[in-house]
Amino acid sequence: MTSAIPAPPAEPTSSPENTPSVKTRSTPEKKARRQYSDRVRAERRLGWLLAGPAFIVMLLVTLYPILQAAFESLFQFRLTTPDEREFVGLGNYAVILTDSVWWRDLGTTLLITIVTVAVELVLGFALALVMDKALKSIKGVLRTAILVPYGIITVVSAFAWFYAFDINSGYVNSWFDWLPGIDENTNWFAQTGTALFVIMASEIWKTTPFISLLLLAGLAQVPGELTEAAKVDGATWWEQMSRVIIPNMKAAIMVAVLFRALDAFRIFDNVFIMTNGAYGTEVLSLLAYRQSISRLEIGLGSAVSVLLFLCVLIISFIAIRLFKVDLAGTQGGK
Amino acid sequence: MPTSRRTPNPVKNRPRAAALASILMGTLLVTGCGSGESENTLTWYINPDAGGQAAIAERCTTEADGRYRIETSLLPSDAASQREQLARRLAAGDSSLDIMSLDPPFVPELAGFLAPVPGDVAEATTENVVEGALAGATWKDELVTVPFWANTQILWYRKSVAEAAGMDMTKPVTWDQLIEAAETQDKELGVQGTQAESMTVWVNALIESAGGSIVTNPEAPSNEIELGLVSDAGREAARIISTIGDENLGGPGLATQNENASLDLFQSDSGSFMVNYPFVWPATVGAVESGTLDQALVDDIGWGVFPRVLDDEAAAPPLGGINLGVGAESDNPELAYEAVQCIVSVENQAEYFVTNGNPPSNTEAYEDPRIEESFPMAPVIRDSLQDAAPRPQTPFYNEVSTGIQQLWAPPGAVNPDTTPEESSDFITAVLRGERLL
Repeated sequence: MTSAIPAPPAEPTSSPENTPSVKTRSTPEKKARRQYSDRVRAERRLGWLLAGPAFIVMLLVTLYPILQAAFESLFQFRLTTPDEREFVGLGNYAVILTDSVWWRDLGTTLLITIVTVAVELVLGFALALVMDKALKSIKGVLRTAILVPYGIITVVSAFAWFYAFDINSGYVNSWFDWLPGIDENTNWFAQTGTALFVIMASEIWKTTPFISLLLLAGLAQVPGELTEAAKVDGATWWEQMSRVIIPNMKAAIMVAVLFRALDAFRIFDNVFIMTNGAYGTEVLSLLAYRQSISRLEIGLGSAVSVLLFLCVLIISFIAIRLFKVDLAGTQGGK
Repeated sequence: MPTSRRTPNPVKNRPRAAALASILMGTLLVTGCGSGESENTLTWYINPDAGGQAAIAERCTTEADGRYRIETSLLPSDAASQREQLARRLAAGDSSLDIMSLDPPFVPELAGFLAPVPGDVAEATTENVVEGALAGATWKDELVTVPFWANTQILWYRKSVAEAAGMDMTKPVTWDQLIEAAETQDKELGVQGTQAESMTVWVNALIESAGGSIVTNPEAPSNEIELGLVSDAGREAARIISTIGDENLGGPGLATQNENASLDLFQSDSGSFMVNYPFVWPATVGAVESGTLDQALVDDIGWGVFPRVLDDEAAAPPLGGINLGVGAESDNPELAYEAVQCIVSVENQAEYFVTNGNPPSNTEAYEDPRIEESFPMAPVIRDSLQDAAPRPQTPFYNEVSTGIQQLWAPPGAVNPDTTPEESSDFITAVLRGERLL
């Protein structure tokens, strides 16, 4: 990613590896601790005192259920027959991982995650640019307008999209019947492809504002002098984008992608409302729901939930390690 | 509604903290009122309806003259979610479950959490009750719930289409006749092909009508349950469903068609025959009164018993409805059963039918003169209820039903040669804990 255009005069030593906002940590931790001044130590203590209670509450409400689920997943346990609880070790995991349903649902979930995040990233970036460049006078209105979908409850937007596309109540079929493949008899929720299309479109419509907001924050962090210098050097718009703005926003982009990918992977509401998993649209959250809540098979359902949790951990791990996302980097700034 | 009264006045100089405090107080007061402010308050968990159950609760409270007070609490809209909520609450030992409106298929699963029906109540509430409803209220030969109202599907038809097809509608008709009529008249059949509970209702009615059963030993433990899908009856059911799906006789929306969607189809120009619950009658008449449909449509509608599968054997129509159960953890089971007796009284059942369109389980209620006026098809409904067959009465009904839904929908994907066997193998594996659902 080494810059081909001459380094801007304002920051001649700026390293291309690090965005301006990312702090470098060269000294080993231990050594650093000894060097902390009293003031820093007092600040740290205050930090713990302020964040401590929230941290403990978070442990209670997240760690406890996670451990409970991991424990339950080792049993064959049906809520309506509590006396027949039986320890099966990793048996539930064996059942799940050898079942084609798990792999099919994993595939569907991954497909939804990849497609929605990719489309949202492109659209979100465009919207962020629009918001960034908009005239001061309309900035507020524009941001509000763009954020409206994100403010709508997912269940409500899922119903809105469902009724719009539904063959009985929908208007989409009659509005868009000039497009090939769409006529008044198109039953969107009867085939996997079309049903997933509506689910993903609804998901994208609803969460693009979230990504664009994160990217807008990233855009605001790109030092103005860098882009100005690039302009002075005669860089085209595309060169400014690809060589100056995007590299400097890497952390913001990765945080946006990570947050959205984790969210998209756990998609539930849209699928539950629109198809309830019918005709090949079932996702992993719905699979867990079906085992734990519908079948009341707490053991099997917990095992699915634990596996889902592991998938989420893996995604976070890949994102943080492989792409070197520094989550702290986006907050600090210089 | 104490909250609305306690909302603070927007006096400008009042500090915000005081406003917050009064909202909090209001909330506390509401909570205080809600949970057992008096010991003789009974909570009745009702499925959503047009307000009929709440009205009955009010009437019984008045009649009880202070002995008890019935409060209603609303359950989710679909039967599966109602079961989920009730099962969770029952398993957690919730003592607020005094009276519950239960869908018959879920009775066996929840039977262990219900207070036993006292002998005198059982005797008083089962007299003159239709056969189907009694079967649905029983588990292992014992009455565990009290039949309240009973639902069944009948055949609705457009007289003009039947006449054009040359059908004699004074006699029971078969599915094959309906299929042929829809084909020759270029019309569509109103059936429920969506992947939901209604699919199991349809499959069960077809298999029972052909003399079979989805589950042959419903009282067995999960790993010993045997299915009757791989049989002549199962294949015949699959043949009928797949023919309707393959030849597009159920309209373009068949794969997502529920009871309401099939009513829309039936009311449209391509409507011909439909199997559906009695709610369609007040819905259609209401639409005519409000001007969205023509009176000519209502005049064109006829009705008869559920279509047969076999020429020479009476159909076994679907059975639905609501039974009343009393929670084993209830603080007042005696009082709750007293209230149940009031709720299921013949007058209340008749009133509920007239106002909400839900048919009585007690045959005596059909004598009410108001019923014939608002439901001219009431005798057909009553007779259908006597022949109706419940869905599999097993504690593992959810597994059986979901398995059927996943493999028998959409109708176009059903294959009479493979679907019965595939679904049988799948459900058996799920019940043995070898597969996910």
